[in-house]
Amino acid sequence: MNFDFSEDQKFVQRTAAEYLAEHAPLSVCRGVLESDRPYSQELWKGAAELGWLGTTIPEEYGGCGLGYLELAVIAEEVGRALAPIPFGSSVYLATEALLLGGSDQQKQRYLPRLASGEIIGTFALAEGPGQCAAAQVATRFERGVLSGTKLPVLDGSVADFAVVVARTERGPSLVLVDLGAEGVSVEPVSCFDPSRSQARIVFNDAPAQQLGEPGAGLALAERVIDGAAVLTAFEQFGGAARAFDITRQYLLERYAFGRQIASFQAIKHRLADLWCEIELTRSNCYYGAWALSQGEAELAVAAAVARIAASDAFSKATQEMIQLHGGVGYTWEYDCHLFYRRAKLLALSLGSTSSWKRRLMDRLSAAAA
Amino acid sequence: MDFNDTPEETAFRAQARAWLGANATPRTTEGSEYESLGERIGKAELAAAKAWQKKKADAGWACIQWPRAFGGRDATPIQTVIWSQEESRFKTPPNIYLIGHGMAGPTLMIHGSPEQQRRWLPRMLSGEEVWCQLFSEPNAGSDLAGLRMSVVRDGDYWVANGQKIWTTGAQFCDWGILVARHDPALAKHSGLTYFVVDMRSPGIEIRPITQIDGGQGFNEVFFTDVRIPDANRIAEVGEGWRVAITTLMNERASVGTLSGGAFGTADLIDLAAHLELGGAPALANEAVREKIASFHVVAKGIELTGRRIISDLSQGKMPGPEASLMKLLGAKLIQDMAAYAMDLQGEAGALSGKDDAAHQGRWQYRYLAISGFRIAGGTDEVLRNIIAERVLGLPVDVRADKGMAFRDIPSGA
Repeated sequence: MNFDFSEDQKFVQRTAAEYLAEHAPLSVCRGVLESDRPYSQELWKGAAELGWLGTTIPEEYGGCGLGYLELAVIAEEVGRALAPIPFGSSVYLATEALLLGGSDQQKQRYLPRLASGEIIGTFALAEGPGQCAAAQVATRFERGVLSGTKLPVLDGSVADFAVVVARTERGPSLVLVDLGAEGVSVEPVSCFDPSRSQARIVFNDAPAQQLGEPGAGLALAERVIDGAAVLTAFEQFGGAARAFDITRQYLLERYAFGRQIASFQAIKHRLADLWCEIELTRSNCYYGAWALSQGEAELAVAAAVARIAASDAFSKATQEMIQLHGGVGYTWEYDCHLFYRRAKLLALSLGSTSSWKRRLMDRLSAAAA
Repeated sequence: MDFNDTPEETAFRAQARAWLGANATPRTTEGSEYESLGERIGKAELAAAKAWQKKKADAGWACIQWPRAFGGRDATPIQTVIWSQEESRFKTPPNIYLIGHGMAGPTLMIHGSPEQQRRWLPRMLSGEEVWCQLFSEPNAGSDLAGLRMSVVRDGDYWVANGQKIWTTGAQFCDWGILVARHDPALAKHSGLTYFVVDMRSPGIEIRPITQIDGGQGFNEVFFTDVRIPDANRIAEVGEGWRVAITTLMNERASVGTLSGGAFGTADLIDLAAHLELGGAPALANEAVREKIASFHVVAKGIELTGRRIISDLSQGKMPGPEASLMKLLGAKLIQDMAAYAMDLQGEAGALSGKDDAAHQGRWQYRYLAISGFRIAGGTDEVLRNIIAERVLGLPVDVRADKGMAFRDIPSGA
């Protein structure tokens, strides 16, 4: 038994970590957050050059032909760096949707350019406030045209195309739409974590294409979302671990009452509890990655478990980060808020924790029945 | 990433399973693995436990993790795990040998003289002699080094006076491992010496402790002028703490973790499916579903962390103090689930009779019994300190008694 990544996968991770340490210090995330730029183009180019954007894309379509375990360890490092790039939208969602449901023609058209970073894709599910499920969207796809409003669409204002969840006569479906097409209007919206941009996209009889078999859209959408949930969980886990490390270091450096504040049990026990939660998240993430890489039937449950654990751990780690830093944690100048914002953003994209808990129970009941 | 046994592990598992299959009866139902910390062992159970141990010893399956020189088979940690996984699939008597085989034995192997090893280890392995632990005292639990039992040298003997507590199985044990204070003028950790005590010595009085769940697994053990031969001293006078640490490290390795299978939410889901809430099964209620989902995420995380620890063993790595999180989170999870299960039962959650209470009163019993797991083998608080100091490298606690002679340390008495 070896419930761990291989030496080769760890090498991929180390390489990613080293690259990001050099090219994506937190000032890069802050730079995007404080400017009008929607993402870091330099970092995006770097990710493309390193082959990260085509990690799971087969070589025949210009990718690296690696597996989900390699992508998972890269995701962990992207999360640790709070990288301000449309990585999840383009790689875990748009690329995966094409890989899983695209025709050969669709793959030929998009995948090589996704792998090279020439185009960016995104995934559009939500339709305004309230919980959103793939089975209940209002956006319609009929006779080759798409109509409806998606809000928010993560990285929507920088994407060249979107995979949209829409309803059709034969049930929910995934639909491919070029965002430069007629009948599409994309408007950036202000958001909680400006280091990742969000958009409102209105489709008004926009030309679009079916992705995957008609009528099989719900299963495809769920599978894409489950896979993206596992990979996003690795980002969240990486972010939580980094927030924890920064907090621990600060507590060791700061003195009060003549002692390092990390020497007080009230602090030590909180860090111990947080460490435990992050370690459980690691275990749950690893299991999710295993299920994803093996194509196991357990993916549906494993993805939900990893997703919930990682969302909670990252949020908790960043709440504790601010609290344990004290007053400076509340300042714009300190980096705590970068983590606090990103944790909440990632916990909301792909659906909130409570919606994932409901999915988990549906799946556990289905598995038990 | 691979959850399967290696070819060597597969072969070892088959070997273990074959012997067990020929010598024991498979278990038919999943046993509850977290009932009570302590059940009183009667004469029949004691005889059955000894017979099973003898059978294993005769076939070379006793204490497989021990070195061959002491009668074991030099099993690797992963083989030891595989053996216990396989053995747990069979109906076996209660394990009364945890202290001996897991703690006293390994301690004697490191700190005992060759003569002491020859004298005690073979009959410990064969199960003829059962061992208990005489460490904790009423005023020395988490602060174990603050123990007070005194030993005074008298020629070739030591005379012991004082009280020990939380001694599992003292009534039927033959030998006990004891830490006592030989010099209260020395600092706390320096004044301790380690002994092996004949539990039938005159002056030893054993009183069972009744737990909150009604069980009687533990005892108080009173020492009045008990004479211990100096030949039963382990290591030098004053080295008691160092030896005790060896024992305690082994305690964490052997009883510090709860079995991974104990944390499942299947039982709770079953309960919620059969209880009514607002005219529908409780399991259909959104709040109930979210709550159980939260439990499931923690339960799965603990189970998988256990698998990561086993995976480390399989890769030849020893798990570190990280393993402390298994008990810390596991016991609390079970307590929280039991409390919630009682809540779901409404006012009838206050029942406990097998006939009236849901699930035959299992949750009520569990809620009582599990509270002890948050204390035994390192309290939640001690485990958090261990994680904070040894895993996270945070500063050790400020000790108010550092460097003081033991007799000058404030005790509140």
